[in-house]
Amino acid sequence: MIDRSQAPAIKDAVEFEVLLKPYELFRLDNGIPVYVIRSEEQETLQLELVFPAGSWFETGSLVAASTNFLMKNGSSKHSALEINEMAEYYGAYLNRNCFHENATFTLHCLTKHTADLLPILQEVIQDPVFPEEELAIYTQNMKQKLAVNLQKCEFVANRHIDKYLFGEFHPYGRVSSMEAFDALQAESLRAFYKKHYTYNNCKIFLAGNLPADMIPLLNRYFGSTNWNGENHMLRPELPILPAEERKFRIFNDENGVQGAVRIARPFPNRYHPDFPKMLVLNTIFGGYFGSRLMSNIREEKGYTYGIHSQMYNFRQASAINIQTEAGRDVCEATVAEIYKELELLQKEIISEEELSLVRNFMIGSILGDLDGAFQVIQRWKNLILNDLDEHYFYNNIRTIKTITAEELQQLAKQYYNREDFYELIVI
Amino acid sequence: MANGLRVIVHEDNTTPMAVVNVLYDVGARDEDPAQTGFAHLFEHLMFGGSVNIPEYDEPLQMAGGENNAYTTNDLTNYYVELPAENLETAFWLESDRMLSLAFSEKSLDVQRKVVCEEFKEHYINKPYGDVWHKMRELAYSRHPYRWMTIGKELSHIEDAKLDDVKAFFFRHYRPVNAILSVAGKVTTAQVKALAEKWFGDIPSGEKYVRNLPVEPAQTAPHLLEISNKVPLDALYKTYHIYPRKDQRYYTADLISDILSGGGSSRLHQALVKEKKLFSYIDCAHFGSLDAGLLSIEGKLVKGVKMKDAEKGIQEELEKLQQQIIPERELQKVKNRVESMLAFEDMGLLSRANNLAYYELMGDAGFMNKEFEHYERVTTADIHQEAQTIFSEKNSNTIHYYAGN
Repeated sequence: MIDRSQAPAIKDAVEFEVLLKPYELFRLDNGIPVYVIRSEEQETLQLELVFPAGSWFETGSLVAASTNFLMKNGSSKHSALEINEMAEYYGAYLNRNCFHENATFTLHCLTKHTADLLPILQEVIQDPVFPEEELAIYTQNMKQKLAVNLQKCEFVANRHIDKYLFGEFHPYGRVSSMEAFDALQAESLRAFYKKHYTYNNCKIFLAGNLPADMIPLLNRYFGSTNWNGENHMLRPELPILPAEERKFRIFNDENGVQGAVRIARPFPNRYHPDFPKMLVLNTIFGGYFGSRLMSNIREEKGYTYGIHSQMYNFRQASAINIQTEAGRDVCEATVAEIYKELELLQKEIISEEELSLVRNFMIGSILGDLDGAFQVIQRWKNLILNDLDEHYFYNNIRTIKTITAEELQQLAKQYYNREDFYELIVI
Repeated sequence: MANGLRVIVHEDNTTPMAVVNVLYDVGARDEDPAQTGFAHLFEHLMFGGSVNIPEYDEPLQMAGGENNAYTTNDLTNYYVELPAENLETAFWLESDRMLSLAFSEKSLDVQRKVVCEEFKEHYINKPYGDVWHKMRELAYSRHPYRWMTIGKELSHIEDAKLDDVKAFFFRHYRPVNAILSVAGKVTTAQVKALAEKWFGDIPSGEKYVRNLPVEPAQTAPHLLEISNKVPLDALYKTYHIYPRKDQRYYTADLISDILSGGGSSRLHQALVKEKKLFSYIDCAHFGSLDAGLLSIEGKLVKGVKMKDAEKGIQEELEKLQQQIIPERELQKVKNRVESMLAFEDMGLLSRANNLAYYELMGDAGFMNKEFEHYERVTTADIHQEAQTIFSEKNSNTIHYYAGN
């Protein structure tokens, strides 16, 4: 009989060498950089175009996101239906996304259809017309979606906590509203598009199994002209205006059976030397299933289905945000337990066993995240768009492997003080 | 294996990782109607420590691994992904919880609460959160698909007793009811040896013979009207379709794509863009192993009357019943499936999950033949099935009104 109480020997994940596979870099004739990670195993491909066209750069609320969304809804040659039809015929997924800093277009397709899909992608990127009709439908539908979301305590809580942290005039704290949707004008979307979706603002990230003539194809559709002209974009420095008051209780639904709890504080951005170290402390505190918060508030007390602590990593500033939905009658108790756990990390040194577990978990998780070309290009994209390189990646790995319990306690003393946190419950 | 455990190996040397997936042939359909939500409650208890290992997560995280699980009305699936060099840790953990759980009042008490919070978070404290409970009850009269995986009501979970829980475990979570699939940087010889070492001595258990009531064909339309504190009127319709292994299931799947697979699909184009009856509309199906439901759900544009919205849907369904769809449109939805299957195949985890799932359906090898079933569907099949599925007497409708 085997002794089942005895764990099999393991290799510590910290001993694994985590390698970030290097990318290939091409430049199209007009200078657009194309970053490539190849893999031959599957017949699939992912192509992403990134522009600095996020909410950071908009002058009116929702302009960046709406521009990004509506680019796909009609060109001078084709209607929204025809564009969707052409892409979907090939089983391709053509998605767009708008974030605080950047806006993206992503094409996922089978390698064999690439040449048929690039002309459609070109039209969407270089020739959108923003029809009034499409804008009207979009506005109406987004307002209806917002009305439904405003009934959810977690949605309302997320909006408020961002406002407290960054101020409602800052793009990180600004939220959507019925009025802002009503104020959208096709003309301002066109102007925003013309200024931001230019060839010299474009970066391309490519992964998967590429057709042999991929670079010539990209050159033909995206590299042969200086489409939309040259833009010299300035990055305005916007002031962050956090709220003065720190404690909030909001009733969104008097019959709610749960409350959304948010405990958050501002934190320096990823370029600060404490940032990678805080990623480790945050993991211990509330960043994985075995975290302090989960063990206490879910697995010990059963107050919630899940509780997490997260580090925002926006470019200008970041934040620590602890979030959960808890039973209505235990929301206040949950807040008290969160503070208790914060203080515990200040008072007591973390055991070597727990620290070693978190190191192994984090390294194992990075190893898993780097599995496959699509994931590897994602890592590179995050580095490149933030003007970082592989040294930053390897420095983070080194931090995970070498940070000491004393350093973590020091960080807790510096950043886990109750009085620095915003506190919110939305029922 | 001798104890009835089925083991599947998928070698992939392009990754440093391994996935160990254990599928148990037990889902919400195997529950007592008076004790629903047990299979899902079990999923939670399975992380509360097993007979020889007090903590499941800690040793796994120490080995650089991550894990999770899901329960459906058909099955329960646990999976671990970890660096392949630490493969044995996953075998040790999974085999010990198959051997027996560390049943305790404390663990049961906490997980009851956690599951109740999950129930509240997803089905009570959200606008329209109750609709699929009500729809299942409306559409099924006998088959246990008439309750959701989370359970019919909170009290079933709140009243769960340790003895009932133990009995449920020893009835269902045995080698003879389980499929183990291992994928990644592993070899068949290695997996064979580890499986023998860790799972070989677990008593096989009795094969659970499923004997579920067959849902009789629906003979009249069902309608339910609800008024609730939501901002928009909403419309939900479902229609009975066929079991997962029936060729007509694939036809129904393609019909749902024709209706709402992407921006160029029929419902979106006709009802959101052209007639502006809905701000959102979607068609999907439950994908269940026994005969499932195809569903259409939409939020009405403010000011649109329920009967006009319903008529809009009806007209689109009638088009499918009356006119043969163009070959190109059928090819489009087939291309969509081909592409979706290829993207699904990229992940090690989803390959391991799928191998176990197809084995549950009878043969892991079916996984490679899946697309052939879709290729076989013709425009005439679509035409014929649309007439059967969308017949009025096969329909279940919920009018969900925005009240105060």
